[in-house]
Amino acid sequence: MNPHETKPVDGNEAVADVAYRLSEMIAVYPITPASTMGELADEWSTHGRTNVWDQTPRVVEMQSEAGAIGAIHGALQAGNLCTTFTASQGLLLMIPNMYKIAGELTPLVIHVAARTVASHALSIFGDHSDVMACRQTGFAMLASSSVQEAHDQAAIATAASLQSRVPFLHFFDGFRTSHEINCIEPLTNEQLRSFMNDADIKAHRSRGLTPDKPVIRGTAQNPDVFFQAREAVNPFYNSLGSIIAEQMRRFGEMTGRHYLPYEYVGHPDATDVIVAIGSASQCVAETVRWLNAHGHKFGGLVVRMYRPFSTDMFARALPDKVRRIAVLDRTKEPGAIGEPLYQDVLSALVEAYQSGQRPVLPLVIGGRYGLSSKEFTPAMVRAIFDELSLPAPRREFTVGIIDDVTQLSLPVKDDLHIEPPDTFEALFYGLGADGTVGANKNSIKIIAEESGFRAQGYFVYDSKKSGSMTVSHLRFGQAAINAPYLIRKADFVACHQFEFLEKMDIVETLKPGGIFLLNAPYAPDEVWSHLPLEIQESLIARGARIFTIDAGAVARDAGMGRRINTVMQTCFFAISGVLGRAEAIAAIKKAIEKTYAKRGDEVVRRNFAAVDATIANLHEVKLPAAANSAFHQSGYFHEAMPEFTRRVQAVMMAGKGDSLPVSAMPVDGTWPTGSTRWEKRNIAETIPVWDPSICIQCNKCAFVCPHAAIRAKVCNTANLNGSPEGFLSAAYKAPDFKHMRYVLQVAPEDCTGCGLCIQICPAKDKSNPRIKAINSVPRITVVDRERSRYDFFLKLPEIDPTAIARLDAKSSQFMLPLFEYSGACGGCGETPYIKLLTQLFGDHLIIANATGCSSIYGGNLPTTPYTTNASGRGPAWSNSLFEDNAEFGLGLALGTDLRRQEAQRLLQLLAMQVGTDLAGNLLAANQQTPADIARQRALVDQLRLKLKTCPDPAARQLEIVADYLVQKSVWIVGGDGWAYDIGFGGLDHVLSLTEPVRILVLDTEVYSNTGGQSSKSTPIGAAAKFAAAGKSTQKKDLGLMAMSYRHAYVASVAFGANENQTVKAFAEANAFPGPAIIIAYAHCIAHGYDLRYGCDQQKLAVDSGIWPLYRYDPRLIATGKPPLQIDSSVVRASVSEYLRNEARFAMVEKLDPARFHKLGLAAAHNTAERLALYRELARIAFPAEKSSAPAQEQPSVNGQ
Amino acid sequence: MNISCHYMGFDLSSPLIPGASPMVDDLDTVRQLEDAGAPMIIMHSIFEEQLLQEQLYINKSIEYPEESYGEAATYLPRPIEFRLGSDAYLRQIAAIKEKVDVPVIASLNGHTRGGWIKYAQLLQQAGADGLELNIYEMSLSVDRNGEQVERDALAIIKDVLATVKIPVAVKLSSFYSAPVHFAASIARAGAKAVVIFNRFYQADIDLENLSVQRNLKLSSSDELLVRLRWAAAMSTEVNCDLAITGGVHRATDAIKCIMVGASAVQIVSALLENGPDHLAELNRHLVEWMEAHEYTSLAQMRGCISLPRSAEPEAFERNNYMRILQGWTRADNPPNQYRG
Repeated sequence: MNPHETKPVDGNEAVADVAYRLSEMIAVYPITPASTMGELADEWSTHGRTNVWDQTPRVVEMQSEAGAIGAIHGALQAGNLCTTFTASQGLLLMIPNMYKIAGELTPLVIHVAARTVASHALSIFGDHSDVMACRQTGFAMLASSSVQEAHDQAAIATAASLQSRVPFLHFFDGFRTSHEINCIEPLTNEQLRSFMNDADIKAHRSRGLTPDKPVIRGTAQNPDVFFQAREAVNPFYNSLGSIIAEQMRRFGEMTGRHYLPYEYVGHPDATDVIVAIGSASQCVAETVRWLNAHGHKFGGLVVRMYRPFSTDMFARALPDKVRRIAVLDRTKEPGAIGEPLYQDVLSALVEAYQSGQRPVLPLVIGGRYGLSSKEFTPAMVRAIFDELSLPAPRREFTVGIIDDVTQLSLPVKDDLHIEPPDTFEALFYGLGADGTVGANKNSIKIIAEESGFRAQGYFVYDSKKSGSMTVSHLRFGQAAINAPYLIRKADFVACHQFEFLEKMDIVETLKPGGIFLLNAPYAPDEVWSHLPLEIQESLIARGARIFTIDAGAVARDAGMGRRINTVMQTCFFAISGVLGRAEAIAAIKKAIEKTYAKRGDEVVRRNFAAVDATIANLHEVKLPAAANSAFHQSGYFHEAMPEFTRRVQAVMMAGKGDSLPVSAMPVDGTWPTGSTRWEKRNIAETIPVWDPSICIQCNKCAFVCPHAAIRAKVCNTANLNGSPEGFLSAAYKAPDFKHMRYVLQVAPEDCTGCGLCIQICPAKDKSNPRIKAINSVPRITVVDRERSRYDFFLKLPEIDPTAIARLDAKSSQFMLPLFEYSGACGGCGETPYIKLLTQLFGDHLIIANATGCSSIYGGNLPTTPYTTNASGRGPAWSNSLFEDNAEFGLGLALGTDLRRQEAQRLLQLLAMQVGTDLAGNLLAANQQTPADIARQRALVDQLRLKLKTCPDPAARQLEIVADYLVQKSVWIVGGDGWAYDIGFGGLDHVLSLTEPVRILVLDTEVYSNTGGQSSKSTPIGAAAKFAAAGKSTQKKDLGLMAMSYRHAYVASVAFGANENQTVKAFAEANAFPGPAIIIAYAHCIAHGYDLRYGCDQQKLAVDSGIWPLYRYDPRLIATGKPPLQIDSSVVRASVSEYLRNEARFAMVEKLDPARFHKLGLAAAHNTAERLALYRELARIAFPAEKSSAPAQEQPSVNGQ
Repeated sequence: MNISCHYMGFDLSSPLIPGASPMVDDLDTVRQLEDAGAPMIIMHSIFEEQLLQEQLYINKSIEYPEESYGEAATYLPRPIEFRLGSDAYLRQIAAIKEKVDVPVIASLNGHTRGGWIKYAQLLQQAGADGLELNIYEMSLSVDRNGEQVERDALAIIKDVLATVKIPVAVKLSSFYSAPVHFAASIARAGAKAVVIFNRFYQADIDLENLSVQRNLKLSSSDELLVRLRWAAAMSTEVNCDLAITGGVHRATDAIKCIMVGASAVQIVSALLENGPDHLAELNRHLVEWMEAHEYTSLAQMRGCISLPRSAEPEAFERNNYMRILQGWTRADNPPNQYRG
């Protein structure tokens, strides 16, 4: 590559590329938004990419960030060059070791994609709350403001660390920089090699621990010497600033890219200056240049070297005439005098003033901006200068929000568009699975490579995993693009999904005369009439040029399924004029060849066919003079919405959450449940429709539905009065609800169209087995009819739990799901378990949820899927952290139990007054089944009536806690990343206690939420990130470990194989008077197959012995029976049959058939071994011991 | 005892060839087969249609969930060295060629005309010494008659013959209305051998689930009989080598095949059941039988019971069918007992 040739990469790759080439050992743990850096390092290591010293770095994935930094600490002590990548909570887990590494003066660079630390809520997005929590560790801190800078400073930090012996934390803004694609000039190996000083490396190595030259490090020191020893490091920190400055100078000489620890941008006589760190400083610098070009004299100061903070260098960087300074912090420290950078700047200026370095002490104000990736724009920079120019600027401010509570926010005037006029800006609205983002990433490469233009791409995803909307922001131009904010006015807007127009004004971002490209399932002359009035008006107002294509049809015809990426990409190039049409099409084909050649020529051929068919199907639509649509946008508001939902959540749903003021926000992160019902996302292409004449009323479809979008009820014939025309019901077929009607109904606007229900349906037409009791039909053809049917269905009475004679899979589905329409992936294998949990225990359920998929689809705003029944009861849910969920849940259980005990104590006290029979019944009640709970609630209602007339003050207290007489069921829920890895210590400890807590492990065998990294649950032979060649060790047997305590209930379930066993295990675990753990097989998008077949694959997993079903119930020990019961003892299928169905295994065969064969044999062998062990265990009846199961405490009424 | 033979233009040390099977996936097994006397290694078929499906499936599995969620741009590792399509098969040919000295025959089941040609070329390039075309079309269309089916198959064979220089054998199914004529046409087109007959997955029916189940059971010697009859009819009429596959379990089965005119036999099920070393035993049995019956070479017996040379040709013909039927009785009273 020529020295100045550019390459489009994102910030993570830009950093990892340097860090990898300058390391020998890399220990990592996945965390958004830093995961990609570790993944890339692992990928490169797997492929044998070498560092600049011709070694292939060793990459190891650990069980947590604490583990990663521990391993790094060790490797450093062995004299190696190391790095790691992390963010947010992960960085916080590293802090204890960071003190050690710094205290020992050990060169290291930790690269951080800075991310919000969870407080009132988790956020995956970017701010500096994580890195600012490390400023006291002794690490030097370098901040990068752009992709190029992050690439360059990764090298500068490494060289400076080696020279100074001080470890470095190099950070850049999560998502904004880590995920922004921009054109950078990559450093060559030669440059990197020459930039590193061999003597420094040699010195580092020579300090490595070795018995050949033994020393001792990490001693314990006492009051006599610790303090002095701590001060001994001072000279290293005293020289650190100049070392960094010197390395930046050397770097500038080598590359022509010059950096300063504190870089002033702007007018030399500026009086007003903004100081910023991270990507915002780029926005400040660009805006200052623009404002100054328009007659102002402003200045901006970019802080790169944050630790050490050099008063001298900082003070020297500022022009002499500066009188007013605004310092920007991308973090919040409640209760502090000000945020960290503000305090440092203020201290530095006072020091400079006191020492006489600066003659005047400027006015300094501090402001917060950009928390959790809130946009920071040129208009905001101007607003800050406006504030500075006031006679009395406020000392503390915020910018980018409307703070109508403490009035701290600055008013931001109209948008300020400072991009050079030749910058082409394009916005693409796509759907997750349609390939829009991938195509745009590809377009950036094409444009950068073919035209020499500089390009920038940034991609915004919504919070849903299924059917998410993606917005791609692409800029192209002659000059480098330094605009770390979203596009607000675009030359080109593409709407890749026609449905978006129904709810959103996508056109509002289009510049006058801009191009609007629309994928529409209509003929060109019909498209206009299918647009809502608002969109028509918007297009006319802008004088837009409209192009349309039925990309779905073109893609289908080319054999591309729902992937319209190639088609829409071709359209973009054909009409945007960014490149010549022929040139662009040749380039697209070249890119297709490059991308897909290794995935097979058929894929290439189909993509080519799509490209070729596109031009013929792309049409320009003449813009009419007036809007004439017969209908309006449906929007997100619904009259029946609760007030808060309408006022706040609906605004968020509409993508306008940025406009909500501070006063609209709950102050402590508490939000109402039950709001997904208002979304009506309509993302399914096809939905199931019921045929009662074939149905056998097994409820399997409802059971497996991940989104509670197909439901069953039994009701009386009279209940069906007033039903919409054609409402379907059938005579109930079993004796339990004889003479009643059976109803099965799909929620047409909430179904994701995954097809699990249709696939599992066992009822087939006897003459034509292709037709089942539920069949797939295009949503659009039946949605209106089914919507009114579903509305009616929801109003049908819910089942009386006491009427359920036997609790099994079928009857469970007559119970109201209190978890519905989540944002989980279509076909998710986890959510049916959670839904079941809420059906069985939802009205008395408390969930402690580990961070991961289940916390995201369970608790990611704007809407929440946990909901309530008619009496307003439903699951209470909270997420603490990833690593502490078992402990958190234990605390919830203990705390809840204390309140139960208090209620029981008060009841005992008041027994005579409320009646001893009632009190006795309340205290002795069996509360195991939903029916039991319903009965107990009725007793509590009776109690409340009695309490009303009871004058005893204790009655007032009991009224407060009386509901705790109804058992609360605390469930600890999380994925395998939590249970097997980062949270295992806590989980193990909770299992070792005797408290009745229930643990549900949703085992997808991989870190699903962060993108499929290997966990200790990942089975042998599966390809996962950090096990790309196929994992070579077998999965940890968590169930066996739990059984080893002998007092815990343990179950292994897979609903797709045996839903009744699942229900039984849930019921037993819930009733068990000690700790209980259920390990639940969950098929997952990361397994690589069409999840429609998820249940078939679960069945294969069980039938092959890969996933044995069992229940270990310690209560059986006392009865002389073996506590372990295997519920799937017969092996009916081969392990290889199971493996070959999933891409995670099958791709290993495509990589290395011999390895696949070997790992497959090992998997089969391990399976046989495990089954043999279980079979033996299942024969062992332990000697009965009184203490083998924790005895259930049964309180008694006084005197009884 | 000389049991060498000539097949597909190769001089083979024995007529007992391990047929197309998954055994070739493992290089050690291939080596074991050679040590046990395999005179030739025949690869299992590369199925063009399957390759296409596989490409699309893997691509879909990896690509579809990508780039749709902020925390996870991808869900599976993206290996740059992914080998979809025929890569693995082609590499295996090369690997086997490295391991053994005997000829290695690649096997191909094409789906498109272009595919047949392309893959035939690739297989030749990969070092295959010969090519076995696994011709198999389930003609389910009401618009397609037998003549068209045969014509199209022949066209493909000609295409391949025009494309490659290595010897080509054609493996047929038993479902042709005039197999002898068809085989003769194939020989005339230039194929070096015709192999009869392919065995397929059979569809069974699951009565409980009203679904179709696919089965492939190992063969038994019973299946040999239909092959013997057609080989007997073909051996003098079809001007190329004949090989029989399907139902050869014992040395005596192989001897029958040679007596009806086959140059070689292909053995699969017996080796899958008993392991690759079993081939040595079969060769030993073959020699023992020939010695015991005072044969000096295979040539001496080849074709001795073919249709024109058999002492009772009518036994292969239709009237034989009728006689057997008449002679049949209940299983607990088998015909030979009855006759006895």
